[in-house]
Amino acid sequence: MPGLLKRTPVRYALNAAAALGLYIVIMSLIGGKVLNRYQALMLIPIGYNIILAVSLNLTAGFLGQLPLGHAGFMSVGGYAAALFSMSVSLPPSFELPAALLIGFTVSAMFGVVIGLPALRLKGDYLAIITLGFGEIIRVIILNLKFTGGAYGLKGIGRQTTVTWVYIFVLITLYVINTLIKSRHGRAIISIREDEIAAEASGIPTTYYKVLAFSISAGFAGVAGGLYAHYLSILDPSTFGFMRSVEILVIVVLGGLGSVFGSVISAAVLTILPELLRGFAEYRMVIYSLLLVTVMIFKPSGLCGRYEFSLGDSIDGLCASIRARILKKGGGGDASGS
Amino acid sequence: MPPVLDVASLGINFGGLHALDDFSIQVGNREIVGLIGPNGAGKTTVFNLLTNVYRPSRGSIKLTGKNTLGKSTHEVTRHGIARTFQNIRLFRSLSVMDNVKIALHNSMNYSLLAACLRLPSYWKQEAEASETSLELLSVFDMESMAGYPAGSLPYGAQRRLEIIRALATNPKVLLLDEPAAGMNPSETAELMRTIRDVRDKFDVAIILIEHDMSLVMGVCERILVLNYGLIIAQGAPDEIRNNPMVVEAYLGSQREGD
Ligand SMILES: Nc1ncnc2c1ncn2[C@@H]1O[C@H](COP(=O)(O)OP(=O)(O)OP(=O)(O)O)[C@@H](O)[C@H]1O
Ligand SMILES: [Mg+2]
Repeated sequence: MPGLLKRTPVRYALNAAAALGLYIVIMSLIGGKVLNRYQALMLIPIGYNIILAVSLNLTAGFLGQLPLGHAGFMSVGGYAAALFSMSVSLPPSFELPAALLIGFTVSAMFGVVIGLPALRLKGDYLAIITLGFGEIIRVIILNLKFTGGAYGLKGIGRQTTVTWVYIFVLITLYVINTLIKSRHGRAIISIREDEIAAEASGIPTTYYKVLAFSISAGFAGVAGGLYAHYLSILDPSTFGFMRSVEILVIVVLGGLGSVFGSVISAAVLTILPELLRGFAEYRMVIYSLLLVTVMIFKPSGLCGRYEFSLGDSIDGLCASIRARILKKGGGGDASGS
Repeated sequence: MPPVLDVASLGINFGGLHALDDFSIQVGNREIVGLIGPNGAGKTTVFNLLTNVYRPSRGSIKLTGKNTLGKSTHEVTRHGIARTFQNIRLFRSLSVMDNVKIALHNSMNYSLLAACLRLPSYWKQEAEASETSLELLSVFDMESMAGYPAGSLPYGAQRRLEIIRALATNPKVLLLDEPAAGMNPSETAELMRTIRDVRDKFDVAIILIEHDMSLVMGVCERILVLNYGLIIAQGAPDEIRNNPMVVEAYLGSQREGD
């Protein structure tokens, strides 16, 4: 039954089951104290970094434009979500998703405003304009009253749990994946491949550039919202240029244009600095060496443009097992193909 | 019957250079017109103006009576002018199939939401697009290559894929910029046959830029000759072949070059 896993409903069911299975494993690891409290809390930064990396990959990897202000959108979304949840009191299971939706919307709107002028022009204006945006937004937040200025925003409800992060990682992965594998996603990728040919093939390139960029910004806003409700405090200085670069490094290491690569890379690069805490002095050195090594030996990133697919992997595994069995069984059959 | 494409006194300057001046042409339904001239004569510039990759400084362009001048390139494509490129521009790392499906973008209309929720419109239109792609590929016997990355195809196949991709946009006028460049003689002969097939099957008018004289003389019903941005002659292949101005400007200079 090799064709079975090619069937779409079967694949969807398989992926849903795997997502649920992984969740149960994670929760029982936490419940059974296999992961200590500190390790369990690490899952949250891993989660929002996955969202940041995967969303940035939409612009950097699939659209092929270089944005340098992802942290800016993270902060916009974070502040919007936090200000919302602080000013309303909704049922707990409703408040965080609502706040994150606000975070997404506000960030995505900023994405349109920034993206429209930057992306209409051909060339690498996006890098410069987003770089400027990241810094300007930080300075603005620093000087506004209702964002708490330099003191930051305090007393945000600690509502981000491992479960919420897990749900929003899944939503991000689902949206980005279904988007990419549609006519809209193909339009976005065609711009990366050859913008002139894309236009000539009837793709409204400016529309799709702004669309991809603002969806990317929107999910950065979701990550910002999760971050805000995890730390319960927002401080504008944490959303500087270096934060944007860190996210970009995650994406480049994982592979521009590989969602799977971004997920793995985000997890590894979130855990690694913590593991290296013991060697505090050498931490940054080891970290940089790792980056340089990967860039020398695998410049397309760890995963290139590879995408993991559960159905395909199981299919491949079955096929290789079958081939091995056939080889053993039919060793004497010289006419075997 | 009015012309499909009606272009009047089109022109553009690059700095001081009159790359094209006073270019007028009427292309009838299902007509195959050749555009020839020495290197740098302004042939590709005509295509870039027709598709608004460059904005003409003067002139008018009408497609089935509708003005397309000043419309952005993707709108021009949607109105029915499709093209190939002199230096092949495929979506190289994508599959042959996806190259064609990208050009089918506007034949589908499911929304972003329908894509993310995988609504029936998504499944239906995607299935149709895959089927249409395979049909288009089969015109050039390329169905078996559907899964390969476009950049990995042999040169001749890449040229054919570009034509298929252009056809996928359902054009009224097809602009082919040196489709035989880099093809071997047997591929060129094959291409000559296919160009006529394409015209018959897809009901398109074709403007063909080509240096291969046997191809141009063989398939074109009418030929325009450009030199230094100006039309210096036009007419049936036989008239062009024997026109002394053409022989001097184009055929002569080519012979010198050889
Ligand atoms: N974007 C541009 N900027 C400046 N000059 C240009 C530009 N595009 C074309 N030209 C000039 O316009 C003239 C016509 O160029 P075009 O590409 O149309 O020639 P062509 O007839 O297609 O030649 P070939 O047979 O070599 O392809 C050339 O002198 C070229 O250098
Ligand atoms: Mg040319």
